[in-house]
Amino acid sequence: MSSVRSRPPFRLVARGLAALALFAVAACSAPVASGINDPYEAENRARHEFNRNLDRALVRPVGKGYVQIVPEPVQQGVGNFASNLGEPSHFVNHLLQGDVEGAVMNTIRFAVNTTVGLGGLIDMAGALGIPEFDTDFGETLYTWGVGEGAYVELPVLGPSTQRDTLGRMVDLFTNPLINTLPDPERYYARGASVAARVGDRGRYSDIVDSILYESADSYAQSRLIYLQNRRFELGGDSADAYEDPYATGTDPNYEDPYDDPYADPYAAE
Amino acid sequence: MTRMPTLTPPNDRLSRRGALTLIGAGLAAPMMATPALALSEAKAKSLVDSVVADINSVINSGKSEPAMYRDFERIFSRYADVPTIARYALGVDARRASPAQLRSFTDVFQRYISVKYGRRFREFIGGRIEVRDARPVKSFIEVRTVAHLRGEAPFNVTFLVSDRSGSDRFFNLFIEGVNMLLTERTEIGAMLDRRGGDIDKMIADLRATG
Repeated sequence: MSSVRSRPPFRLVARGLAALALFAVAACSAPVASGINDPYEAENRARHEFNRNLDRALVRPVGKGYVQIVPEPVQQGVGNFASNLGEPSHFVNHLLQGDVEGAVMNTIRFAVNTTVGLGGLIDMAGALGIPEFDTDFGETLYTWGVGEGAYVELPVLGPSTQRDTLGRMVDLFTNPLINTLPDPERYYARGASVAARVGDRGRYSDIVDSILYESADSYAQSRLIYLQNRRFELGGDSADAYEDPYATGTDPNYEDPYDDPYADPYAAE
Repeated sequence: MTRMPTLTPPNDRLSRRGALTLIGAGLAAPMMATPALALSEAKAKSLVDSVVADINSVINSGKSEPAMYRDFERIFSRYADVPTIARYALGVDARRASPAQLRSFTDVFQRYISVKYGRRFREFIGGRIEVRDARPVKSFIEVRTVAHLRGEAPFNVTFLVSDRSGSDRFFNLFIEGVNMLLTERTEIGAMLDRRGGDIDKMIADLRATG
C-alpha cells in the first residue's frame, strides 16, 4: 500500500502499463476478506446519519423527481453516456490487473458505442451481446494483493472500505478520458455521471428505501450488503476464487446453518 | 463462531450417508458410476425450477398485491425450510426462546419474509429467471440461476438446497452475493437490540409490519 501511495497516480498508471507483462504473471490476489472489520464504527455511524439526512432531504426527492420527469429513453441515454465515459478507466484498470480480455472488451465497447452508439448514448455493444466489464482501481489493488482494510462509510458516497476508498480517489484523478477533456466538456461528463447516479437512486427507490428507512439498523444492513456484494464481485471476477470458493471450508458466505447448533431445529438439545 | 458440541455429531450423518451410498452404489453400480446421494443435483435443480415457475405464475397472475403476498407465503412455506431459516435469523437468541416463542416467531417470520421479498418480486414483472447449474457443496446443493429483468443487466441468484429437514427444501438464497440468512439475522438482531432483547415484543412488532 505504501508504494502505491508514495507515487503520483499518473506515473503509477504509466509504469503499470509498461510493466503489464510482469503484472500479468505476478498478479496474485489478496484473499477475499470475511467477517466485518469496523474499528471506526462510531465515526462511520455519524457519517451514515449525515448521508441518510442528505438522502432524505435532497438525493431521494431529486432522484424520484428525475425518474418521473425525465422520459425513460433519455434516462437510459444519460446512463449509457456516463458509463461509456468510464470505459477508458476500466481499460486501464484491466491492463493493470493483467486482464487482457477485459481490456479488449472495454476497447470494443468504447469503439462501438462512441461511433455507432452516437457518442455513447446508445449501448450498441450491449445490444450486440458484449456486456459491460466494469472494474475499478479498488479491484486492481485487490488483484495486487492489497488487503481490504477497515470498513468506511464515506460522506455522500456511502459504503466503502479503506482499499476501495483509495481506489476511488485514484480513479477520480486518473480517469484518462475525463481528465483530458477541455473545460466545458469535462463538466458535462461529470454532470452525466452525477445524473446517472441520481437516476439510479430514483429507479431503485423501493429497495434503497427499504434498506435506509425500513430496516431496524440501516447502518448495519448497508454495511453487510455492501461488503458481501463487493466481495462477491471481486471473487466472482477472479477465476481462482470462483473455481472453488469452498476449498478452505471457511467461506462465511456458505456457512451451513445445519452445522450450526443455534440454527438447527432438528438437533436434539 | 465457536462450534458447540451437540448430541447428534456430524459423524452420525456421515455414517448414515455412507450407508445410503453403499446401498445405492450396490444397486446402481452396474448402471452408473456416481454414488446415489439422498439429494441429487438434478432434484435440487428441479426444486428451484418449481420455485421459479410458481413465482413467475404469481407475478404474471395480475392479482392484487395482498393476494400475491399470500401466494408468495404459500410458495415460501412449501419450498423453503422455514423453521431452519427462522431459527438461524434469531441467532443466539434462539437458544433462550421458549418453544412457544419459536413457533410464533416462525409463523410471523414466514409472513414477514413473504411480504418483504414479495415486494421485490414486483420488479420481476416481465422478467425471467434462468436456472443454470447445480453442484454439491458441503452437505447441500448449490443451484445457480440468472435473473433477467427488463432494462437491467442480468444478475446472479443462487439457491442452497438441502434435504436435512426431511424433505428437499431451499434454506438460503444469494442475490449478487448478498446472503438472505445473514441479512435477516442482522435485521432480527437489530430489532431485538432495540427492544432490550424482548423476544415477545419483537414478535409483536414484526407481526404488525406483515
